[in-house]
Amino acid sequence: MTITDEAPNQLGYRQFRVGGFTFSRDEYFVTVEWPTGNHQMPVDHWLRCVQRDVAWGFFYGIVNFDSVIGTMNHYGTVDMFAGRFNEAYRRAEVDYNETFGHDELLDCFRAMLSDWTNEGYDPFAAPLETGSAFGPSSGNNDEAVTRRRVVAERMVGVPGDEPLRSDDSGFPVNRAFADVDQGEPEIDAAPGYEDEVCSFNLFAYLSRSDVTWNPSVVSACKESLYCPTTEEFTLPVIHGNDRVEWFVQISDEIQWDVEDRDTGAKRARVIMRAGDVAAMPADIRHTGYSPKRSMLLVWENGSPRIPEMIAKGEAPVHPVDF
Amino acid sequence: MTDYKTVFGSLEDYAKGGVHIVDDDPKYYAFSNIFEVASQAAPYEKIAVGKNLEYVLEAIRAEGTSEWRATPHDEFALVMDGTVRIELFDPTAELVDPSTGGSVTLHGEPEGNPMGTVTAQRGHMTMLPAGKAYRMHCDGVGVVLLQTIEGPDTVYRWADICQTF
Ligand SMILES: [Fe+2]
Repeated sequence: MTITDEAPNQLGYRQFRVGGFTFSRDEYFVTVEWPTGNHQMPVDHWLRCVQRDVAWGFFYGIVNFDSVIGTMNHYGTVDMFAGRFNEAYRRAEVDYNETFGHDELLDCFRAMLSDWTNEGYDPFAAPLETGSAFGPSSGNNDEAVTRRRVVAERMVGVPGDEPLRSDDSGFPVNRAFADVDQGEPEIDAAPGYEDEVCSFNLFAYLSRSDVTWNPSVVSACKESLYCPTTEEFTLPVIHGNDRVEWFVQISDEIQWDVEDRDTGAKRARVIMRAGDVAAMPADIRHTGYSPKRSMLLVWENGSPRIPEMIAKGEAPVHPVDF
Repeated sequence: MTDYKTVFGSLEDYAKGGVHIVDDDPKYYAFSNIFEVASQAAPYEKIAVGKNLEYVLEAIRAEGTSEWRATPHDEFALVMDGTVRIELFDPTAELVDPSTGGSVTLHGEPEGNPMGTVTAQRGHMTMLPAGKAYRMHCDGVGVVLLQTIEGPDTVYRWADICQTF
């Protein structure tokens, strides 16, 4: 149960407590305290991380907010940890982990996002497209922080499934994608087959995305999920995989820092340009940098059995053997 | 306001990145480029560029007219280069076991009803519905990325297409 019964601090922000964790914010920083330690992070970075963790329902595997704090999804329950994937914290035995019900931690994060996000700041937006996260409490941006994540059943644009984006539906073309062709495919369906002859302009759809670093499902072949996203500036979180995931760079360039999932030791940098395909092994963590807004196709196998299969050695840590 | 230029790739013009190793094996990243793979492929070869257990991403060089194929589950064809016309067909008989993965080659013309056609250009994604048949046509050379399950015609060529050092 999240406890927020204390009065807001002098700046107007409430303090949140869940289990042994306490979260408070001031004009610039978030302070996290737990029974064996404490930690601070700039509040803009914190809100960007919490926003994604909430939108993704804790995503696949580990969402590190930085090298100390993060969450690990067990698909029903979720761990919140401090120093668990940090060698120094573990060696000193000051790392800390607590397991919560999925909704319990989600509710705490949601309440925090609502209270700590000021009017004019959008944690999903690129820094050039939003106001400041700093300063005393002033209004809210609940409309932005409660956006619904797109999850297509078959494919975007199929009748009854996720709709296309347009100016009229509130999704104008992003400033960095003004040159992306907006023409739709030519569809000629025989009578009676209108609902099954389906095609749409995915690149135009992505050019109208109003968020960054937010993979959302546009097509599903059983458990194979296309989760494209538009990226600008940095991926705020360091994503720790619990399965192999794949990237297809659709446009422009992203550079990835790849580290060992458990220790944070640097393993590789991966530079991806349009048309490049790369796997991320199941035992790494990664964060990305996109200097210009780019289109990235994140490809996931959404099977809930995978983490257990990897633990039992039934699913590979590396994508292919050759 | 800044004038941004969005860079897409094509068979004619792509600039491959790569894995810069600090302490790892580049093979673990199975790094390839769709346009490079398609530029070295035979027409309509289904070359895996991604694999996650039974699921695959296939890079396909679209050139001329493909054979008819029947798919047991939804597949999705994303045109990455060129203009590709996709014909969809509703067969009278079941042409592929719905419990299997990946599409199968049909020999000759299927019997049944034409469902329609899609003319797709770069960035356009087309659903190839479960239980139906399709074929593709491209006047020049195009590239399609197919979201599917590994099947009898999936080609694995990792050692040739992936960065190994
Ligand atoms: Fe990731």
